[in-house]
Amino acid sequence: MLDIIVVVFLSLGVLFFLGTTNGLLRFPDFYSRMHAAGKGDTMSSILILFGLALYTFHHPSAMELLTGFKIIFIAVLIFIASPTATHALMDAGYESGIEPWGGENGSEKEERR
Amino acid sequence: MEKFIICIGIVLLFLMLATLVRVILGPSTIDRLVGVNVIGTKATILIIIMGTLLGRVEMYVDIALAYALLNFITSVAAARFFQRNRDVPATASDQNVTIKEEASC
Repeated sequence: MLDIIVVVFLSLGVLFFLGTTNGLLRFPDFYSRMHAAGKGDTMSSILILFGLALYTFHHPSAMELLTGFKIIFIAVLIFIASPTATHALMDAGYESGIEPWGGENGSEKEERR
Repeated sequence: MEKFIICIGIVLLFLMLATLVRVILGPSTIDRLVGVNVIGTKATILIIIMGTLLGRVEMYVDIALAYALLNFITSVAAARFFQRNRDVPATASDQNVTIKEEASC
């Protein structure tokens, strides 16, 4: 039973990271790439770490329990740190004056201004 | 079960290599920084997967914790650097623009 939950968590994490990589490679704009990297990366990291923590709980002893809680602590750290780093990078990109993407022909950019 | 975790690690490795394409091609410096941030977060997870496979998770967890903290500090420090230094060109076209402005002056 625990194995099935672990397999589901790990597969979902890899699926989310596949989406992150796809978005990072194919989106046209710096801001949309940040959107893909910030959300998908955090979500896939948390899913894979929860799966590995559950796999560590397989053989219940005090040491394994402590290790599992440490892995969950890393997940909480990534949950706080990764959006903060994404926000800082986004702010730096906005300050250095990167233009948003304006549609296929640049037609939407005129309307925004 | 161990074979499944090995497969997960290999798939993560290949996706990290695909992210490296964005780091190499990235048009601006901050695009490269985003790719490096994603690769660093996934390296944290690969360290824990390696520890699970080698049977010594309790040692590798501490290394992964230090790696995650360093990755966060690196990203924030690099972002701050490119925010403070307006002179550092974010893209190649920006550099041409500044050179042309200096020439016209």
